Amino acid sequence: MTDDRGAGRRSSTATLDQARDDARGRADTAVEAMPYLPPSASPYAPAGVDPSTLVWAETVAGPGYSHMTVARGTRIRLEDVAGDACAHVVVLSALNPGERLNVADTQKIPWQAYLGAGHPLLSGDGRVLATVVADAAGGHHDAFCGVTTLAGNIERYGAGAAHTATAAGRELLVLAAAKEGLTPRDLPPSVSFFKGVRVAADGALEWTGDGGAGASVDLVAEMPLTVLVANAAHPLDPAEGYRTGPLRVHAWAAAASSPSDPWWTATPERTRAYLNTDQHLLARGIR
Amino acid sequence: MTVTWATHEADYFDRSTAYLPGATVLDHEIAPREGWSGVVRAGHVLTLVDVGGNQSGDCLIYDAADHEVRYSAQATLVAQRHAYLVDGSVLLSNEGDPLMTIVGNEVDRQDTIGGACSKESNTLRYGHHTLFHHACRENFLLEGAKHGLGPRDLVSNINWFMNVPVEADGTLGIVDGMSAPGKRVALRAERDVLVVLSNCPQVNNPCNDFNPTPLRVIVTDPAVEA
Ligand SMILES: [Zn+2]
Repeated sequence: MTDDRGAGRRSSTATLDQARDDARGRADTAVEAMPYLPPSASPYAPAGVDPSTLVWAETVAGPGYSHMTVARGTRIRLEDVAGDACAHVVVLSALNPGERLNVADTQKIPWQAYLGAGHPLLSGDGRVLATVVADAAGGHHDAFCGVTTLAGNIERYGAGAAHTATAAGRELLVLAAAKEGLTPRDLPPSVSFFKGVRVAADGALEWTGDGGAGASVDLVAEMPLTVLVANAAHPLDPAEGYRTGPLRVHAWAAAASSPSDPWWTATPERTRAYLNTDQHLLARGIR
Repeated sequence: MTVTWATHEADYFDRSTAYLPGATVLDHEIAPREGWSGVVRAGHVLTLVDVGGNQSGDCLIYDAADHEVRYSAQATLVAQRHAYLVDGSVLLSNEGDPLMTIVGNEVDRQDTIGGACSKESNTLRYGHHTLFHHACRENFLLEGAKHGLGPRDLVSNINWFMNVPVEADGTLGIVDGMSAPGKRVALRAERDVLVVLSNCPQVNNPCNDFNPTPLRVIVTDPAVEA
């Protein structure tokens, strides 16, 4: 592999032969942000995971976005490589995208506003779309703030369009949604990983920082799942400039949650949410 | 068993008046457990009266000209860096545009974290025996359908007169309200907006004091003398 020399002219492309050679000569270039194919060939396969089980391996640029529809039981690890990434996530049922992340229920049903290990990501239909099964980011996550907007980033950074270095999270989610056949109507409030916010006693939203370089979270898809991820600066990040960094994604075939998992029985509300989910899939013949 | 508990009339009710002077454009009482929707023109003020006290009014707001532009609880909270809605809070869209502004508020704070009740979430919070209790999500879907809206258009809403504290460890939930009969919130439309309201039917938590009561909607035009 060669280093990326960036966009632009490298050689003469006056003839078709030259243009074809030039185009093909650009392949096999390694950069920080790129997908790894096949996923089993990822140079960053997580320790303890059989690479042959990987179904998605990618480093998402910051700012940048990714999206994937995965099977039930897929375990998805997001890693904040340098400590500067923020993964804004929307999940939707791949069976019926009208069923999607409901942030209010995700906080209300567990009686807990802050995301951490064992927290269910609930739909508005009384079911679990995905579970946060591991948190190696010290709880530096946020379900209150969502993504930045084009107008907001123009005001703060001078630009916010998707093609700029200060892209708004919403612009990126609009694109991720479009690639999955969805429209802006399909973008509900989102959750953010790797950057934390807490509610102070007086109601103020307080920044709690990040989980550091190498922080990660694991999600398990509890049903066939469409995942939209925008890697973009958090709206309350106090950094003077637009703060972003590479976001690594690895997903592998694992198992959906079961009654033997502690989060299944952590609270009676969650138990019923998993029971609703299992019955929903049982009726469709999905195990 | 289908639960239909509600109180439609009582001595303690206070139907109050419009918060700001102006010609009355609309005056409608939302019966307990029912929904309502309507377009509020730019500059008009919607007063919502908690007739019976501690009655949650679940509310969604859309740009009347483009329903893809809709209320965003997250954008609203980020802009004010505060978890509750108070007098002066600007209700922003998902694109960061002002939809409405709170120009009057007679309770300590208003909620936009707790979300709407639904038949489905009732099964999680209270048990599967509550599946057939009517819920705000039903009202949102029925009122929304009148305007071409469906499940894809439901987002985190506002709960007028509902109280959802967040404790230091992140524990959050619905507790007894801080409202009383006749208390009001007043919203000025910053553009033509579609307002969808559900007079919450919930009887399994304190958001309606376990007793749904009416809400009164008064829309006035401050530019025209009453
Ligand atoms: Zn309700």
